[in-house]
Amino acid sequence: MTNKLHIKSYSHIKRQTVSVNGNVVFKGDDADFPNFIKSAYKHLKTSYSKFFKMDNLSKLAFLAADTLLMHESLSEEENNIALILSNKASSLDTDRKHQKSIENQEEYFPSPAVFVYTLPNICLGEISIKHKLYSENSFFIFDRFNAEHLYLYANNLLQNNKAEKVLCGWVDFDENSYEAFLYLVESKGEIVHNTEEINRLYNLL
Amino acid sequence: MAKTYLSYNNIFSSLGFDSETVIEKMSNDVSGLDRYDNNSLLPQPFCASLLSTEVVREEFNKISDASKYTKLEQMLILSLKKVLDASSITLNERVGLIISTTKGNIDVLEQESSFHESRSYLSELGKTLKDFFGFKSEAIVVSNACVSGVLAISVAKRFIAENRYDHVFITSGDLVTKFILSGFNSFQALSSEPCKPYDKNRIGINLGEVAASILVTSSKIHLNSEAVEILGDATCNDANHISGPSRTGEGLYRSVKAAMKEASIKASDVDYVSAHGTATAFNDEMEAIAFNRLQLENVPLNSLKGYFGHTLGASGLLETIVGMHSVKKNLLFSSKGFTELGVSQNINIITSNTPKTLNVFLKTASGFGGCNTAIVFQKTTN
Repeated sequence: MTNKLHIKSYSHIKRQTVSVNGNVVFKGDDADFPNFIKSAYKHLKTSYSKFFKMDNLSKLAFLAADTLLMHESLSEEENNIALILSNKASSLDTDRKHQKSIENQEEYFPSPAVFVYTLPNICLGEISIKHKLYSENSFFIFDRFNAEHLYLYANNLLQNNKAEKVLCGWVDFDENSYEAFLYLVESKGEIVHNTEEINRLYNLL
Repeated sequence: MAKTYLSYNNIFSSLGFDSETVIEKMSNDVSGLDRYDNNSLLPQPFCASLLSTEVVREEFNKISDASKYTKLEQMLILSLKKVLDASSITLNERVGLIISTTKGNIDVLEQESSFHESRSYLSELGKTLKDFFGFKSEAIVVSNACVSGVLAISVAKRFIAENRYDHVFITSGDLVTKFILSGFNSFQALSSEPCKPYDKNRIGINLGEVAASILVTSSKIHLNSEAVEILGDATCNDANHISGPSRTGEGLYRSVKAAMKEASIKASDVDYVSAHGTATAFNDEMEAIAFNRLQLENVPLNSLKGYFGHTLGASGLLETIVGMHSVKKNLLFSSKGFTELGVSQNINIITSNTPKTLNVFLKTASGFGGCNTAIVFQKTTN
């Protein structure tokens, strides 16, 4: 019953560059993340107004996912693509913003629009809403990219028919440093799904 | 596939520092909720289940030096230690550690915190626990909003199925901080009175802090008297909204359906549902709709938020542990705070502690980000 699994496609967003399958699709010239990601969004013609309400982490994860899922000819009704994302800084970028808004009683103005993003898995919700994924989703925190963990978890979901495809990876946003590496696992594809290959692709750019 | 079980467990809460004490209190209809008027936490009164920092520190100093650890770390260590001691499993590379939390040491972001900001990284929390006990494998932190505690059980089961571990210890916890209170209050979701899940006169959420820990194992020789088998589990997203549940209960419906399918059971096989029941109108209504779609409307159901408040990343595990003790004692706990049905579709809320032969129970949870997790458990015949 064990099916051979493959990595069908992968994307990187780091150092002002968006790449798909190792090929640069957008290179920005603004070192500031909000400006960079907005330019990338426009360049990639991602038409989705909710994007502008998202926090930095969700924008990063959403765009990295979109560059892969736009090629998947997805159903408008529903798709069974599980999401397994991970990072180091959780939602700390937005956590610090919320904390600042409650730090002293004179300037006490907590906002629900900020608070909702103080959870790392909100970006999974954003991707699920856009692509109609009523699927498994989990967010893990590690101090570094952990290929073995992602490999085993994706393998488990696919071999037990809990998902048709799995979108895995790392989306980290902390201060103004950011990095996304996502890859899509399914039965079709050229690259064998194993820990070595996942690490090779992660380190490719 | 190898069977997976839940076994030795601990609840560290305002109702007591071990599961037995907590269950005893619940059997006597005692709640851990209290009303607080504490300006340093929230500018208005609120109702919550809190653990006194001094009491936790005193307890911790019996086993180690409390000054080196944050309050949450002390709670998690005290809770996990009891499970490790009871299970007497040697920590080698076949033993995993999962930490379930939504916000971890978020209180170190406060200006007055004596701990460095680096302590707020959840991987640091993982490392602290790993080092304290001497786990040989890296800690896995699950942070998936309010389903984290139930999802952590799924994750443990899946890693055991992949033959990565033989045993996994899960510890879960979150604090009631200024951070969390201000956030929930900005949603106007907090209540200053004890919460009333599913009730017509519901008034909103109470928050709570606990640590809860458990052993997940594939080995039958490590089971205790309340052990249960995991029959099936699933997590599904609503694909609808990041801060509100689906009106049709789509993700919850799908997750329960998938968990029951894996468990090979029908709705009529479920003896008890341990639901999420936060006591917000949207959540409770969504659950009532989903349980009706699943034909679970006649199965006895409760929310335990009236005893512990909403304990965030710990809630799913805490409520699963209570479910295990319910099954062992063949006793359904009342859904505290409930008097009159306040959802549009009928569900069978447990109104008083009731004896009933229990074999199979369903645990569900739903959270921000549109996530829903369901697991079906069965009593073991040890």
